[in-house]
Amino acid sequence: MSTNKPSFIESVWDFFCSLKLSIALLIGLAITSIIGTIVPQGNIPPEYLQTISESKFKLYQGLSFFDMYHSWWFMLLLYMLTVNLVACSIKRLPRVWKIVSEPQLLMDEKFEKSLSLTHEVKVSGDSVAKMKSFLKDVMGEPVVTERDGAIHLFVQKTPWCRLGVYVVHLSIIIIFVGALLGSFFGYKAFINIPEGEAIDTVYTQKEKPIKLDFAVKLEKFSVSYYNTGAPKEFKSMLTVLENGKPVPGLTNRPTIVNDPLSYKGVTFYQSSYGQSGEGAAYHFNVAIRGRGEGVHLDLKKGEQATLTGGAKLEVLEATQDVRQFMPEFSGPAAKVKLQMPGKAPESFIVFKNHPEIEDQRKGELVIQYAGADEKLYTGLQVAKDPGVNIVWLGCALMTIGIFMAFFLSHNRLWIRISGGRAVLGGTASKNPAAFERKFEEYVEKFKKL
Amino acid sequence: MTSSLMFNITTILFLVSTLLFFVYLVSKNSSIGLGASLVAFLGWGIETVAIILRWKESYDMGHGHAPLSNLYESVVFFAWTIVLIYGILEMKYKYRVVGAFVMPFALLGMAWAQLGLHSGIEPLVPALQSNWLLYHVITCFLGYAAFAVACGISIMYLIKARAEGDAPATTASAGSVIGMFPSIRILDDLNYKAIMIGFPLLTLGIVTGAAWANYAWGTYWSWDPKETWSLIVWFVYAAFLHARITRGWVGKRAAWLSIIGFAATIFCYLGVNLFLSGLHSYGGSLK
Repeated sequence: MSTNKPSFIESVWDFFCSLKLSIALLIGLAITSIIGTIVPQGNIPPEYLQTISESKFKLYQGLSFFDMYHSWWFMLLLYMLTVNLVACSIKRLPRVWKIVSEPQLLMDEKFEKSLSLTHEVKVSGDSVAKMKSFLKDVMGEPVVTERDGAIHLFVQKTPWCRLGVYVVHLSIIIIFVGALLGSFFGYKAFINIPEGEAIDTVYTQKEKPIKLDFAVKLEKFSVSYYNTGAPKEFKSMLTVLENGKPVPGLTNRPTIVNDPLSYKGVTFYQSSYGQSGEGAAYHFNVAIRGRGEGVHLDLKKGEQATLTGGAKLEVLEATQDVRQFMPEFSGPAAKVKLQMPGKAPESFIVFKNHPEIEDQRKGELVIQYAGADEKLYTGLQVAKDPGVNIVWLGCALMTIGIFMAFFLSHNRLWIRISGGRAVLGGTASKNPAAFERKFEEYVEKFKKL
Repeated sequence: MTSSLMFNITTILFLVSTLLFFVYLVSKNSSIGLGASLVAFLGWGIETVAIILRWKESYDMGHGHAPLSNLYESVVFFAWTIVLIYGILEMKYKYRVVGAFVMPFALLGMAWAQLGLHSGIEPLVPALQSNWLLYHVITCFLGYAAFAVACGISIMYLIKARAEGDAPATTASAGSVIGMFPSIRILDDLNYKAIMIGFPLLTLGIVTGAAWANYAWGTYWSWDPKETWSLIVWFVYAAFLHARITRGWVGKRAAWLSIIGFAATIFCYLGVNLFLSGLHSYGGSLK
């Protein structure tokens, strides 16, 4: 049995070295990746059960379709691809490395026959110097070797571009390493900070608290709008506090979408916002039509105030900027419910910046909105990813590697001078048609030497 | 003159060019072929001016941004990149007949944009306010365009290969339209060359997208449908590139991979927005 063992290992090795496996894995990854773009990922079970039957749900769950990009079988495909490209590289790199590091300096007759591009001319006298300057002219300083009475000249261009493929393979492994580092030593979290408050604990998606060794305070949150009513900018003014003291340079630092705040490897991204609701007071001025200034009134949401005369006033909803709902108006606005004694309740909107609207209502009472000292909160995405720079290194290497592999060619020229004849030979690692045209130009010059 | 009018002129010129390419195929009159190319390049030149003008118009409206921000603008830009990549290949390799299989893609894009899409210039939502938008969109669409050209060439390959399979190679349809096609060896090579342009650009497009996502959201990869589909496209063309150096995978199979790759590209570009949900939600701007 022991004699079978090496052949088994060999066959495993051959399996992982095979390009057919690479193609199969790439196509397999492409096809299976589609699943996760059709089946929503990471929802809670009740959401799935609304659209699919329970038996289907169980089947999909068993196949990890609801988190397929982290499933064992998808990971297995990725690991197999990694092993495959490492094995392919180990198998092929030594040969390529030999071509790069030990250039073929001699073109003997046997090697000459293996080249598809050759040309022979008659020479006399001191041809070596002319040949040397010719090669220097077309490609670079040649290496001259004398062997068995023949003089060999050799010159090459960008031999290292042959390593491009392996640079790309290495870059994929580096990206995987960076991704793994990020998933083991980093986290993604979320925090809501109300205006005026500081927070030093963030929560991951699984509600796991992570304590930071500094705090982040939201000084102010604001939204600005285009004329069309579409939001233009969400801005959190953030201050980083170290032991309760503001960190210089990170005090009142505006943080907007596409411009995050980073401190000690933790980055905060503007993500959402809302009204922090509790305790917000809405300010109104209530006057009897035609009877002077009226009185000031503070209301909380859901609270009903009884006015002198028995009228009841309640705030239904309010906004700091009405433009997002009604582009023709701007500024704070409140929707209120007013019930005059003995009458049906009516609800209407009052605008801080447009008091004339309330005048047009022609009610018995004139209710003017003076805005709210309402607090907003900002929702920040928090990320720490110590692997991200390694991922970028991988991406940069991949770009360089692809450039080397696609756009550069290892071109070589040889001249052998012996017995009154000189032979020019050439070959290119890429784009043979283009090199053939170039070689024809070389031959024209070569003939004239 | 407004950009909108110039886009209409571009569409008409692309239509004329496509028709001329078809006439060229049938008539084999090389001056008609030259005319088809020149009309295409004239249309491309006018479209270039129109894109710059639209850029300027957005500044005149007070919220200037590159015209790459919604479905209409991206389809128009896609048509522009297709003609650009085709032009580069034609200048370099001189196989004009390929235009007959590439210009229809550019025409289709322009016609759809002009007739079926909402063309208003809108201000940028906060999520798109970044210079990464420019780098990301340009690299992606140049890549997509190269794949469109490769797909056209692959269709030619399959037509030619079938015709040659049916008839003996020597008499292979010398009199018919297919006689105009370059040999299948050349088509196979051109397909490869177009993908050699597209693959690095797609890679850069994915990398710039990841960099932008990381900068805006703190995560360079979140398996969002758009991201995943761009990776699917990348896998398909990576398989194509490896197929090229594997026995038994050149020729027809490579041509099919190229066509499948472009189908995946189109799904990544349009299908994801129209059928799936995610972060690249400009699909809602259908009229």
